[in-house]
Amino acid sequence: MRKRSWILCVAASMVLALAALPTVEKSIAAGPPTVDVKIDNFSFTPATLTVKAGTQITWTNGDDIPHTVVSDAQSFKSKVLDTDEKFTFTASKPGTYSYFCSIHPKMTGKVVVE
Amino acid sequence: MPLQNNRGAILFDHNHDGIDRRGFLKCMAWAGTGALCVVQGGVLKSYSLSDPSHLDKAAKGELSFVQISDSHMGFNKPANPDVVGTLKAAVQKINALTVPPEFILHTGDISHLSKSEEFDTVDQILQSASAKDLFFVPGEHDVLEDDGKQYLERYGKNTKGAGWYSFDKKGVHLIGLVNVMNLKAGGMGSLGAEQLQWLEHDVRDLSKSTPVVVFAHMPLWNIYPEWGWGTDDSAQALSYLKRFGSVTVLNGHIHQTMQKVEGNVTFHTAASTAFPQPHPGAAPSPGPMKVPAEQLRALLGVTDVNYVRKRRALAVIDSTLA
Repeated sequence: MRKRSWILCVAASMVLALAALPTVEKSIAAGPPTVDVKIDNFSFTPATLTVKAGTQITWTNGDDIPHTVVSDAQSFKSKVLDTDEKFTFTASKPGTYSYFCSIHPKMTGKVVVE
Repeated sequence: MPLQNNRGAILFDHNHDGIDRRGFLKCMAWAGTGALCVVQGGVLKSYSLSDPSHLDKAAKGELSFVQISDSHMGFNKPANPDVVGTLKAAVQKINALTVPPEFILHTGDISHLSKSEEFDTVDQILQSASAKDLFFVPGEHDVLEDDGKQYLERYGKNTKGAGWYSFDKKGVHLIGLVNVMNLKAGGMGSLGAEQLQWLEHDVRDLSKSTPVVVFAHMPLWNIYPEWGWGTDDSAQALSYLKRFGSVTVLNGHIHQTMQKVEGNVTFHTAASTAFPQPHPGAAPSPGPMKVPAEQLRALLGVTDVNYVRKRRALAVIDSTLA
């Protein structure tokens, strides 16, 4: 009997722990959703990004050459990003944002905010 | 395709199929070959710099000047951790020329990140050059943060707009153009309406026999649009130069030497004093090319331009730092 109740107790606490997990996840995700865009080999990856409004987008320059992230309509504009530097923009308003690197204008990308 | 003999001289005869040919003959002297090019009566001859006996035969002109480019001061990545050393080597090469150059042209990307200390370092190194007259045009790396304000304060005295200007030396009309400002998404280099208008006016009253040298950072011919290696409105600029008998266009930006002859216009791009970039399409991107240290200096260079007044020809020497 004693042994069984101990097992039950362990099982119950495991269930509780499992039940608690989503709560833990939720608290981690309490900040805005985040998405990363890589800058490598003079291109943005992914080149087209579709996100929910409020998503935080972070670009990271992996090239040995500086780049910028500038929206065509100037909705966002990074400073010059040297190697490994980042730029974050929170996409709050729905719409399509075309952007490019103002130093290497052949580099273009698009953010679709739903 | 270049015809190259076993002594390293590259000979072009673009009269063999008619002078009115609309197409072009393309000469690609990749960085590292080191070449002296002499254009004479429609024939372009290119001599290897690594063979001094070829240089001895080179035309001696009344005007000679040196082009350097893309020093990218501040760059410190593996492709060249010592851009100070390689720029100094370029200056030593200039100072070793038997005929001291009249002046030095720097075709942009003086700095890597438009920082004042980067410009300071370049200015300091160039002070030790034998030629005291220095002429610049900005590269995109020189106008990164402030719409080129700092560049103009340092190098743009007596220039127009974003830093364009012209001057005359010994009968040659030289024009410095700026094609790195206000770049448009998806586009290449850009001159813009205001500068084009100025250019048209600048050359309007020149006699057609005046040799014209145009220099700008990004190529004024479409080398590889996929990598943005060209200038969107360069055709308009070149249309104003059609009536001249001798036009030479000097560019940087692509960190390798290339030449092309099209009608009366000879195009040259200079090597970088900092780091080499891949041949068009030869890599996933035009980023810095890492080469073994012992090969690096052979891929960096100085261009020496020699103008022969009587023959109305320009000789371009592409020298490596090796």
